[in-house]
Amino acid sequence: MSDAPILTVEHLMMRFGGIVAVNDLSFNADRRKITALIGPNGAGKTTVFNCITGFYRPSGGAIRLNHDDGRTIHLERLNDFRISKQASVARTFQNIRLFPGMTALENLMVAQHNALMRASGLTVLGLIGAPSWRSAERAAIELARTWLARVGLLDRADDAAGNLAYGDQRRLEIARAMCTEPTLLCLDEPAAGLNARESGALNELLLSIRAEQGTSILLIEHDMSVVMEISDHVVVMDYGVKIAEGTPQAVRDDPKVIAAYLGADEDEAIAVMEKAN
Amino acid sequence: MSVTPATSSHTSQPLGSAFILKKALISALVALVLFSLMIGIRTEAGNQGGLIYWTRFGDLATMVGVVFGGSIIVELLRQWFGPVETDKVVPKPVRAAMSFVGHWLAPALLAFALFVPVIFYHQRYILDLAILVLTYVMLGWGLNVVVGLAGLLDLGYVAFYAVGAYSYALLATNFGLSFWVCLPLAGILASFWGVLLGFPVLRLRGDYLAIVTLAFGEIIRLVITNWQSLTGGPNGVSGIPRPTLFGIPLDNSDDGLAAKLGIEFSPTHRLVFLFYLILAMALLTNWVTIRLRRLPIGRAWEALREDEVACRALGINTTTTKLTAFATGAMFGGFAGAFFATRQGFISPESFTFQESALVLAIVVLGGMGSQLGVALAALAMIGGFELFRGFDQYRMLVFGMAMVILMIWRPRGLVGHRAPTVYLERSEAISSDLVKEGHG
Amino acid sequence: MDYFAQQLINGLVLGSIYGLIAIGYTMVYGIVGMINFAHGDIFMIGGFIALITFLILVSFGLTAIPVILLIVLLVSMAITSLYGWTIERIAYRPLRHSFRLAPMLSAIGMSFILVNFSQVSQGARVKPVPPIIAGGYTLHEGASGFAVQLSNVQILVVVATIVVLALFTWLVSRTRLGRDMRACEQDQTMAALLGVDVDRTISMTFVIGAALAAVAGIMYLLYYGVVDFFMGFVAGIKAFTAAVLGGIGSLPGAMLGGLAIGLIETFWSAYFSVEYKDVAAFSILIVVLIFMPTGLLGRPEVEKV
Repeated sequence: MSDAPILTVEHLMMRFGGIVAVNDLSFNADRRKITALIGPNGAGKTTVFNCITGFYRPSGGAIRLNHDDGRTIHLERLNDFRISKQASVARTFQNIRLFPGMTALENLMVAQHNALMRASGLTVLGLIGAPSWRSAERAAIELARTWLARVGLLDRADDAAGNLAYGDQRRLEIARAMCTEPTLLCLDEPAAGLNARESGALNELLLSIRAEQGTSILLIEHDMSVVMEISDHVVVMDYGVKIAEGTPQAVRDDPKVIAAYLGADEDEAIAVMEKAN
Repeated sequence: MSVTPATSSHTSQPLGSAFILKKALISALVALVLFSLMIGIRTEAGNQGGLIYWTRFGDLATMVGVVFGGSIIVELLRQWFGPVETDKVVPKPVRAAMSFVGHWLAPALLAFALFVPVIFYHQRYILDLAILVLTYVMLGWGLNVVVGLAGLLDLGYVAFYAVGAYSYALLATNFGLSFWVCLPLAGILASFWGVLLGFPVLRLRGDYLAIVTLAFGEIIRLVITNWQSLTGGPNGVSGIPRPTLFGIPLDNSDDGLAAKLGIEFSPTHRLVFLFYLILAMALLTNWVTIRLRRLPIGRAWEALREDEVACRALGINTTTTKLTAFATGAMFGGFAGAFFATRQGFISPESFTFQESALVLAIVVLGGMGSQLGVALAALAMIGGFELFRGFDQYRMLVFGMAMVILMIWRPRGLVGHRAPTVYLERSEAISSDLVKEGHG
Repeated sequence: MDYFAQQLINGLVLGSIYGLIAIGYTMVYGIVGMINFAHGDIFMIGGFIALITFLILVSFGLTAIPVILLIVLLVSMAITSLYGWTIERIAYRPLRHSFRLAPMLSAIGMSFILVNFSQVSQGARVKPVPPIIAGGYTLHEGASGFAVQLSNVQILVVVATIVVLALFTWLVSRTRLGRDMRACEQDQTMAALLGVDVDRTISMTFVIGAALAAVAGIMYLLYYGVVDFFMGFVAGIKAFTAAVLGGIGSLPGAMLGGLAIGLIETFWSAYFSVEYKDVAAFSILIVVLIFMPTGLLGRPEVEKV
């Protein structure tokens, strides 16, 4: 069972009124691999993400999550918070959504809400300050500290998240998602707005998450250096449908992909591509 | 009422005396038109039932003069202090002094509160006022959970105050239950109503939430007013039993506290007892709130205020989180209501109008949303300030309204404008309110 | 059936008044995104000014009712508009880009000021006026002796509402000011960049809203024959409820909501109990919002993730 892909998307369909944002999309994301979802602006990538993470209810199709322990969860049947709570899918947002008025550490504590809620005996044990709660809280702080260290923000732990630099906020959001201890991590344009150095650090972070935590990663990205360097598998979308799929190299050389990106016809695109190489 | 455009501070107009005079003249002219009929003419129902009127041009002239003068003064003050933004640049020693005061203010206030009955033992009026202030401190702390922490706007908080008060009043007068049995019941009933209100409003945001909570408050008041057989309607409930010290009444009977202790009875005993009772209840509210903020539920409330979508992505059940906030806030309101009933001995729907909700909300917002100390200070300032105008009952709401407008313009983020983190690794540093969101609910 | 028809007429008349006030709420909300809590009290001020103007005109010996009404209308609209303008200038403009709750609290404070101001300046007692427009028509007389009445005042209220709405619709959809208002509603920064005077447009929104409230105040005075300093609170809450029910920000929604609240209130009073008419109106608001969280005609909020 553990060889089965972590995520199977089958015939996914999403309509908004008369507009078909995602049309009959099928792809797999492999376990402990990094899968990238790319495509020009408006291709429907974020819509796919929102369907997977429960913010939209798909109009049709199936999204299955195959857990390590053999459980299969139908994500299209769960909604909002249950995706994270029951299916262990965490996500970040294209336009960073931290809790700006809370410190970096607090952000990571909120991420451990469900575990801490149980530990605090639904608040009762916490209110009386039971020892079991205290040790759980200490453990939570330790986990947060570990992640702050891994994203290089340990010295900013007590600063308000809203005060951090843009690149730091991006990494904090990833750390926050990791504090929910997810099986599948969905990143919506994690490299957007980062400079070359920061984007290199991001690559290392994602590779280390895959290697050490064994977390499978699904990411949307425009920054081709990130996609080409770290992804194991690339799915290309345009106008709501899948136009190509394969290894980064295979996808890069696919004329259909080039055409989609350059908005030109295939022959012309190939010419451009050859020139570029 | 002066008319002073706020934008003038960053335009490069010549701010000479001619400018000030021109502005004051315009203000006076506007005032003249505004007040011409409302103040210049006085109407009244005459003896034959028809309306009569008479003129008061003297008053009108005075008011216009006041506006003219006031406008000049405001403009001069504005130039004196410079643009409003400069008050952000506070010199270091002042800031250090302020942080020192901020650090010691809360303990000092608490210590002072403990000795209020000792200091003012012979001034019943002050004791009464102190009890009133503490009641509003408690209400403010209760509403703070909903508005300040969870960021849910509640314009009908008085409903829970009413539920608590009527729960105790009716249980005590009909079934003879004691205050100490009714107090938790009042809290439970109020939080039950809080959840009941919470359900329909879960999907609502912002102003939709505001109107529904306001409507809910009005519904409760109207039902209390009209359900005569249960609540006595507009006549209210009277003869509500006074609280006892664990069964020992505080009166001049033979088994009263004074007789048992062998001291002379004084009605002040009860007042002192009530004072410590509400102080203990308010401190309990405070303690629970501070504690809850450091628990996952409290952090989830604050996270909800910051970003609801992110909460959902982190697996936080926003439905139950909102409901617990409503229930917790309502419970404290219910406790305060039960206390109000036992203190007054008589309650009627008149005590539970929208003005009360607005007052408590003003205390929370003025205090600085989410700040426990700020809420206490705001309650003290508001209720205390209100009392200063006791002699001018007629103008009380006028002054109160003006105070609200001026304070909001002066400090839109409240008296204590920063948020203290609930957990830290190295240092606990207050977070500027500019970063803290206020929720959209 | 006759009874029903009569209640329908009464409800529509009441609903017209609510609708006119509701438009003021919805306009201000659409453009600055705040609840103008003082708006109900602007309506009350409008009623008072109409009453005083009327008294003066009558005492000067003017008897032609249409002339009196026209002057009352103009004076009341003018002065009430100035109230709207002044309040925006003093209490709301300094808080325009501030935190959401600050202008709301400021508005509640303004509402207290207006209520107390008219209480102090005009006394707390209810001010009755003799019926200014008498007469009416009997539309249908049933066998039981119940007659469906349509009074001239009712006709006037409905006709005036329609005329004012037509003018207002023209203003919003056809004039430069209307275009500016719609632009500011969409995006104030962009509107300012394109040369729209945002401050002036917002001021005008308050002015127009107050003028409509003044019309409602006059209608109320004519219809019920009384004004008092506290009438703005209840009417304001009802009208606000109407605006939310119709979908706040939507102008036709405000009118529709007003009519709905007027009808609910009237029918509930007629068939069930007068005491619980407000409870009925508020309960229906809550029920509607549970199923349509943005009101009847409100644009559904698209959640941007």
